[in-house]
Amino acid sequence: MSMSSSVKTTIQGRMTRIERKDEAKRNAPASQKRRKPLNPTRWVILLLCLLLALIILSPLFLMVLNAFKTSQDYTQNGPLALPQELYFGGLINFWNATDFPIKFWNSLWISVVSALISVGLSLFNSYALGIGRVRGSSLIVALFMILTMLPGEGFIYPLFYMFNAVGMGNSQWTIVIICGIINMAFGTYLLSSVMSTFPKELLEAAQIDGAGRWRTLWNVVFPIMKSNCAVLFIFFFIWTWNEFYFSLIFLTSGDTQTIPLAIASLQGDRIMDVPTINAGSLISLIPAFVFFLLFQRTLTKGITAGAVK
Amino acid sequence: MSRKKGSSHGKRTLSENEKIYEKRIRSGYGRYIIPGAIGTIVILLIPFVANLWISLHSWRGGRSTMKFVGFDNYLKLLQDEKFWTSFGNSLYMIVAMAVIPLIIGLILAAVLFDYIGREFGGKTSSFLRACYYLPQILPVGVAGILWNWILNSQTGAINRILSGVFGMEETPDWLGDPDLAIYAVMLMLIWGQIGYPVVIFMSALGRVDPELYEAASLDGAGWWRRFTAITLPQIKPETFVVVLTCTVAALKVFGPVYILTKGGPQSSTLVPSYYSYLSFFGKSQIGYGAAIASVLAILIAIVAMVIMFFQNRSAAREREGALVS
Repeated sequence: MSMSSSVKTTIQGRMTRIERKDEAKRNAPASQKRRKPLNPTRWVILLLCLLLALIILSPLFLMVLNAFKTSQDYTQNGPLALPQELYFGGLINFWNATDFPIKFWNSLWISVVSALISVGLSLFNSYALGIGRVRGSSLIVALFMILTMLPGEGFIYPLFYMFNAVGMGNSQWTIVIICGIINMAFGTYLLSSVMSTFPKELLEAAQIDGAGRWRTLWNVVFPIMKSNCAVLFIFFFIWTWNEFYFSLIFLTSGDTQTIPLAIASLQGDRIMDVPTINAGSLISLIPAFVFFLLFQRTLTKGITAGAVK
Repeated sequence: MSRKKGSSHGKRTLSENEKIYEKRIRSGYGRYIIPGAIGTIVILLIPFVANLWISLHSWRGGRSTMKFVGFDNYLKLLQDEKFWTSFGNSLYMIVAMAVIPLIIGLILAAVLFDYIGREFGGKTSSFLRACYYLPQILPVGVAGILWNWILNSQTGAINRILSGVFGMEETPDWLGDPDLAIYAVMLMLIWGQIGYPVVIFMSALGRVDPELYEAASLDGAGWWRRFTAITLPQIKPETFVVVLTCTVAALKVFGPVYILTKGGPQSSTLVPSYYSYLSFFGKSQIGYGAAIASVLAILIAIVAMVIMFFQNRSAAREREGALVS
C-alpha cells in the first residue's frame, strides 16, 4: 500500500518536473527577447568574471611563457617578454636531471593501485554498512569520517617506525597502503549513504534466485554502483597523485619518488635556472591537466556528491 | 498532512513477520567490513594511539631509550613561543583557505549561476567555473615551486612586473620579509582554494527550484535581494560542508609552507603540522613532535565536532520549520 503510494508520488513529482521544464522552454525565448535590449551591465559583469579567470590562470600562462626560454633570454628580458626563440633545452634538462620517466611511472602505478584498493575496500565496507545491518553502523561510519580528518602528523611517526621495522622504509607500497586506507574512509562514508537507498526489491530478487551475498555484490550491487565507484576512483587517483606529506617522509631515494616530490626537490638546486623550473612544472602538469580536461564533468559531479552526501 | 509526509520519510513501522524477514536479508554482512577494519586499525588507529603514548615520553627516536615524562612535553608546549606562533598562524590559514574563499566563492557561484548562466548560457558559466577550479588539481609540489618563483624577490614575476611595468624601485621581498611572508603564503592558498566553493555552491544552486527565483523576480526583487533571501538560505547545508572541509584543510596545511618558506623567516610562517614535522625529522624530538601532533589532532576533532553540531542543529530546525508550516 505505502509502496504504491510512494511510487505514485515519485511519478507525480517527475511529471510536474517535466511540465515545469516544458514551461520554462516555452517561456525562455520570450524572456530572452525581453532582456535583449542592450544592457551594458551584463557585459561588465562578464568581463569582470573573465578578468578573474585570467588572474587565476596567470601563473600558468607565465609558466608556459617562460618554459621555452634560454636562461640568458630570461635574465635579459624578464618574465613577461615573449621568448626570442623556442628553446627546448629547459625541458631536456629537467627530463634528464629528474629521470622523469621513472617518476612518472612511480606516480602512475602508486595512484592506480592505491585508488583500486580504496574503491574496493569502500565497496566492501559500504556493502556491509549500507545494505547489511551491522550493529552500530552509524557509529562506524562516523568513526571513519573522523579518521579521514585526522592530520597525518597524528600518526606519522609510529607509522614511520613501523614501516622501517618491517623493512619498508623506502618503498612505494607505504604510500599505496596509507593513501588507500585514508581514502577508503572517505569512500565508505560516501558510498554507504548511497547504498542505504539501494532498491530492496533487487536484493530480494537476487536472494530468491539463490545468489549468496558475494554473488549479489558482484552481479547486482556492483553493476549499479559502477558510476559511483568510477567517480571515487578518479578522485582517489588525483588525491594520491598529488600526495605530498607522506611521500616526502617515506620516499627518500630518487628511484622511488613521485612527480610532485621530484619537482619540489628541484627547489634550491643550483643547476636549475628559472626556465628549467618552468619547463619542469609544465611537463609535470600535463598529466593532471589532461585528466582534468577529460574528467572535468565527472570531477564536478564527484565533489558535489561528496558535499551533499 | 505534512507531519505524515515527514514520518514516512524516516522509519516505517514493520509487522513482526516483516521484521524477521528484514533481519534475515540484512544480516551476515559483517565479514565484508573486516579487511577495511583491519587496515584502519593497523594504519590509523594503532599509530594514533601510539602517537599519544609517545607524546608522554622523551625520545630521540630509533633505538634510543624512551623515558616516560608524563605531561612534561605538553607543559613545555605551553611555554613555547613557537608553538603559539604556529597555532596563531593557523588562524591566518583559516582566513586564507576558509573565510576568503567562502565569501568570494559564494558571490562567484551566485553570479555565475544566477546571472552569467542565464544571460550568456550554461556553457559560459561552466567554462568560467572550470577556470576557477583548475588550480585545485595541481599537485602542491608543482603549484608550490611555481609560486616560489613568482614570489622570488629578484627573478620573480611579481617583482619584475612591479619594477618593470610600474617602475617601483624597492620591490618587496615577499618570502624573505617576516612581516610579509605569511601574506605571500596566504595569497597562494587563496589562489588554490577559490574554485572549490564555487563548484560546490554552483551545484547546490542547481538543486534550488528555479520558480523561487522567477517568483522573486516577478515580485520585483533585485539580484542582491534574491541572493540574501533565496540563495543563502537554500545552500546552507553545502555551506556547512565547505566550512568544515576548508577549516580542517587549513589546520592541516603543510605542503605550501614546506615549499615556500620552510616556516621562516624567523618562524613567521610556522604552522603546527610543519612544526611537528620539524620536531620529528629535523630535531629528532619525537616526544615533543608527537605532543604537537596530538594537540593539532584534538583541535581538529573539536572544530569538526562543533561545526557538525551546528550543522545538525540547523538541519533539525529546518525540519521543525517544515513540519509547523
